[in-house]
Amino acid sequence: MNRRNFLKGGLAGGALTFLGKGKEAAASVAPPPPVSDITMLKEGKYPRGMGVLYDLSRCIGCRTCEAICNKEHHLPEPDLPFDDTSVFERVRRTHEGARTVVNRYKIKGQENPVFRKVQCNHCAEPGCLSSCFVNAYTKTAIGAVTYNEKVCVGCRTCMIACPFYVPAYRYSSAFNPIIIKCTMCYNTRLVKGEPPACVAACPRDAMNFGKREDLIYMAHQRIRINPGKYVEHVYGEKEVGGTAWMYLSPVPFEQVGFDTTLGEKPIFSYVKEFLSIVPMVLTIWPALFSGFYLLATRKESQKIKQQDIGEEGKK
Amino acid sequence: MNKFVAEGFKPITSPYKEDGKTKWTIQEKLLLGLSTPDYITQLIRNPLNWVFALIFSVGMPLVALRFIKGLSFVTHSSYDYPWGLFLGWGLFVMVPLSASGFMLGTTVEVFGRKDFKPIERLALLNGLLGYLFAVVFLQVDLGQPWRLIYPMVVSLGPQAVLFLVAWHVATYLSVQVAELVPAFAELFDMPRTKKFIKSMVIGLTISGIILSTLHQGALGALFTYAPGKLHPLWYSSTFMWFHFFCSAIFGGLSMLIVVSTICKYFMAWRCDDNFLNNIDKLTMSLAKGSAMALITYLIIKIIGVAHDNDWIYLVSGWGQWFLIELLVGTIVPLVLFTVAIRTNNVGLARFAALIAVFGIALNRLNTVLIAFNWQLYQEIPHPREIGIVITIYTLYIATYRFCLARMPLLYTWKDK
Repeated sequence: MNRRNFLKGGLAGGALTFLGKGKEAAASVAPPPPVSDITMLKEGKYPRGMGVLYDLSRCIGCRTCEAICNKEHHLPEPDLPFDDTSVFERVRRTHEGARTVVNRYKIKGQENPVFRKVQCNHCAEPGCLSSCFVNAYTKTAIGAVTYNEKVCVGCRTCMIACPFYVPAYRYSSAFNPIIIKCTMCYNTRLVKGEPPACVAACPRDAMNFGKREDLIYMAHQRIRINPGKYVEHVYGEKEVGGTAWMYLSPVPFEQVGFDTTLGEKPIFSYVKEFLSIVPMVLTIWPALFSGFYLLATRKESQKIKQQDIGEEGKK
Repeated sequence: MNKFVAEGFKPITSPYKEDGKTKWTIQEKLLLGLSTPDYITQLIRNPLNWVFALIFSVGMPLVALRFIKGLSFVTHSSYDYPWGLFLGWGLFVMVPLSASGFMLGTTVEVFGRKDFKPIERLALLNGLLGYLFAVVFLQVDLGQPWRLIYPMVVSLGPQAVLFLVAWHVATYLSVQVAELVPAFAELFDMPRTKKFIKSMVIGLTISGIILSTLHQGALGALFTYAPGKLHPLWYSSTFMWFHFFCSAIFGGLSMLIVVSTICKYFMAWRCDDNFLNNIDKLTMSLAKGSAMALITYLIIKIIGVAHDNDWIYLVSGWGQWFLIELLVGTIVPLVLFTVAIRTNNVGLARFAALIAVFGIALNRLNTVLIAFNWQLYQEIPHPREIGIVITIYTLYIATYRFCLARMPLLYTWKDK
């Protein structure tokens, strides 16, 4: 099975689930992308998938999204309640108890801090997916990257491969250690046609859920009509091949914890150079080394042959 | 054991007892031809066994606790450093040092260099046990070790580099078992099995080369998934697999020099004249091979830096660390090997091999732990993690010694 078929399979499966359950919800969310749109698939992109545009300038760090995510996915109670702002003292990352966290960044020369929510960015070509040797990850047609804990072996290569440091691991469990990451509420909400819980719960409208291409348009529109308010860049539009979760920021992205050195190539493209040598080694090596063997043992076999002839001559 | 040998004891080297008629029983073969009380005496007399017992008494409970309490009990369970010392040492260091199996298999069987025969089986055992214990280390590290078979049958992810590693290590392990079957068959009187394996030894050897090339390279390619996380000096999406493969060549050969040296000085009672008389000459030949691989590796390392235009990083602190690694791990052993070859100094070649082995370990640990996440922070392994690594490595040495003492690896089985 090659990668393209594999992606197509995942896409079709995702679309079917969606079609089966999402009829009554069609009003709130656009219908899923047509599966036949192969040209875009060939480029590994899902422009008609859904996504979220997150506007950092609107976020006030209320952590409602964290609380609703915790409730939605029945995650353990945190040590501190969700209205405790002391958690902002240090920069946090997603962990086994939280699929999303909000961080606070103090900006030099600016009175108000900037808040930034962290969760899985749902890449168009996810590094986690391409690095998983049991195929536990799926890029669904709707845009979410889901994870199947039933096949996960716990090798944690996905954590190596994720450029955003998103997947967390339940190290504390001896018998059911699994990866914990945001799935865009795929099973609980997206399949019903509802937006992710955090987006729906945000009191400040900091997040917008919609078609990815519409969101890109909306983002650039916001930059255009609010001159000077935003950095002129939509983070996630092109980073590592594009992500479903995209960001607008009033301050340079690297000041609020974004890695701006990632480039536009998907993670998988870095691995392709090695994968392309695999068939070469598989086909060339046997011929090459059998040749070496025949050459190296030529004298011996000739000797044996001559001996045989000699012995026959004697007879 | 030395005491018994000094008293005139001769360990088993043929199927028949001294009278030439009665065969040794399997139990006697396992006890090396000693009586049970004598065997136990020499076990207790050997100081190394005391050290092993001490390590196991502390380490084995730790291993058990890892499986009862989970990884966070024994590691620093970091989300940013998903791979710690278990894989850093157990997989990424053990595997290149076990490349000797396919290297010597190729030399003897494919290139027809029969003069390497005396150390071929030692090289094969070094390869097999290295891989086997890499899998043991992997099992300790995997979150759900009972699912090890999943990438083979349950859920396949063929686009992943780790998929290649899993399949190739698994198949290569079986190839190495097959390659060692002749030694096993000699010890336990199974001539037909030996003949069967001998009939396909070329096929096994060539598949060994293919599988090794790919998975040694694939271990390096695993890090091409992390372009921003691994320091640019150690990262190269084009050359990484080749760096790993090429360094595995001198890693395997140098490790073979090291273990054969240990055998020569500490297990001389088990070696026969064929081994002892040839080992110095063969060490020099291995040294030549290592030197060739080292110079190739040095050049492609420099090409790797040039290809990605990473020169600027060389002036940073990371650059100094990179240069130290290159100097200590590559240039020093290269120079020492060269001098040793020119002056025919076996002792120096052995010392160079030890440095080269250390260099490989340094390079792999740098890649997996130190230069990884260079922009974040450095991971310091948990003391319990270090304890488990030492315990399993001790188990590896004990198994190694157990096999060397019994199977016809360092001595030739006198069949007729």
